[in-house]
Amino acid sequence: MNFEFTGEQLMIQQAARDYAQRELIQDVIERDTHSIYPERHVKALAELGFMGMMVSPEYDGSGMDTVSYVLAMEELSKVDASTSVIMSVNNSLVCYGIEEFGTAEQKEKYLRPLARGEKMGAFLLSEPEAGSDATSQKTTAEDKGDYYLLNGTKNWITNGNTAKTYLVIAQTHPEKGHRGINVLLVDRNSPGISVGPHEDKMGMRSSDTHSVMFTDVIVPKENRIGEDGFGFKFAMKTLEGGRIGIAAQALGLASGALERSVKYALERKTFGKEIAKHQAIAFKLAEMAVKVENARHLCLKAAWLKDQGKPYGYASAMAKYYAAETAMEVTTQAVQIHGGYGYVKEYHVERMMRDAKLTQIYEGTSEIQQIVISRELLHLH
Amino acid sequence: MNIIVCISNVPDTTTRIKYKPGNKDVDYTGVQWIINPWDELALTRAIELKEAGTVKKITVITVAKADAEPTIRKALASGADEAIRVDASPVDAWNTALNLAEALKNEQFDLVICGVESSDYNNWSVGGMLAEMLRIPSVSAVTSLQIENSKPIITREVDGGRQQVSIKLPGLLIVQKGIAIVPRIPSMRGIMSARTKPLKVVTGVSGESLIEIVDYEAPPQKSSCKIIDSENLEMLAELLHTEARVI
Repeated sequence: MNFEFTGEQLMIQQAARDYAQRELIQDVIERDTHSIYPERHVKALAELGFMGMMVSPEYDGSGMDTVSYVLAMEELSKVDASTSVIMSVNNSLVCYGIEEFGTAEQKEKYLRPLARGEKMGAFLLSEPEAGSDATSQKTTAEDKGDYYLLNGTKNWITNGNTAKTYLVIAQTHPEKGHRGINVLLVDRNSPGISVGPHEDKMGMRSSDTHSVMFTDVIVPKENRIGEDGFGFKFAMKTLEGGRIGIAAQALGLASGALERSVKYALERKTFGKEIAKHQAIAFKLAEMAVKVENARHLCLKAAWLKDQGKPYGYASAMAKYYAAETAMEVTTQAVQIHGGYGYVKEYHVERMMRDAKLTQIYEGTSEIQQIVISRELLHLH
Repeated sequence: MNIIVCISNVPDTTTRIKYKPGNKDVDYTGVQWIINPWDELALTRAIELKEAGTVKKITVITVAKADAEPTIRKALASGADEAIRVDASPVDAWNTALNLAEALKNEQFDLVICGVESSDYNNWSVGGMLAEMLRIPSVSAVTSLQIENSKPIITREVDGGRQQVSIKLPGLLIVQKGIAIVPRIPSMRGIMSARTKPLKVVTGVSGESLIEIVDYEAPPQKSSCKIIDSENLEMLAELLHTEARVI
């Protein structure tokens, strides 16, 4: 048992912290208020190597481990979860999916620019009637011999407009149910693709969320990842890792809110003393700290298992579930500790509370994580 | 042109400083260590010049025990080519300068750059002492460094304006705010390459401290802020007179 990070992991954590605290913080409130995509920061983070952190250097990635990824995600999410979700989707869904399951040609063409961060990727699974129930895909990829003909609508797509590469999950053989689903690499500029308006969200307001519509989009056969019918398995495998990214994001929201609360509680005075010296606040902070530390341990355990090549689906579901619930609880308490100041934008915690809500919903709702955890626990699969 | 950047390993600037019983020593338990911010700006400028092609090699040097190596590796990850750690615990500014001077006598360099002060002990002394010990010219209060035709063009801050100077090489610059704007954050590639960059450890010179620390005292706690309505100038004047006692 060793709880020490390596020198490199600490350096990555510090680099992410420095970037977040010096740069990302600067216009975060304005970006949130006006739903402004953090273009400058995405570019800068790409130049630092954060957009393809875990991709092998062979494909222009940074070759870092999942533990480093968790550390970086936490630090960036302490300041701006809208930016960190862009990084999370590109890293742990799109780059991971292509690197793990793609062919050498697919990696050469699609992975390399994604790993360099020159292009962003998007993962298109959710549909108007298929969110948590990913088996009910209505989008079709009709087999036309040399190519697939793609038709349908995808919802809630992070990087939906800015991405240049889409990973689209679609049904080819409806009679086979989830075993008939495929995953296709689709160029954003292909004829027949239209992107809906930017979603006006409660939180994560500056991430780029859209619906994407496909009308008779031709996708070459060589753009299918894996065997015919591999799509559902691909999505589930990829989401297992994706959960670690979102869990680390939720952790960052919680730990960032805790840090802000500690600082505020040591400065703000009521009844002649700092509010931190009132037991009602001190105990609240203690409770928050324990939960943040628990969430951190779960995230790092899942990341460590993945780095060791061991099964991590159970651990990543636990990390995602617990960190998301903790993020919601801790950010809500942070607003409470800040009182009236917590309810205005200037003090950041209200934004963190709105952002935290989404971590309970996307990349598998908390209830879906409970299904994953309980099925594993009860051997029901 | 080869540049040496002197770096100091200091507590993070947000650290809440505590003292050991007796108030003669700082309690460093749990402290996060960073590159001294002025040295980090010096290093950033050296890296910018290297990227512009006017500097060939950057070496960072520090006087510290092995526990400072994460800070040194960060400097390498940021873009320095190699590092020297003088294995000693510096006891005062004189001793630090002496250790640096002894180590640099064996090195080839054109310019040495030192941050104006370290953010922990604020001595403002090492750069000047080091130049004297190395018997090389030095320029202080440097706010800008360009290199043209292998010659440094230096801007320094003087009372009421700026002064541009040149310096005979090898020389030493004591740099301050303005030398670089944003400290360099290491990239992943930099972090990976820092693994294999050379870090030389040389034996330090032990030296008796010329200065004895008698006592530390924490600054008084900031008093709480009173907000007075902008219309209520009478109360402002009264409080400035009776409480703040400044008028």
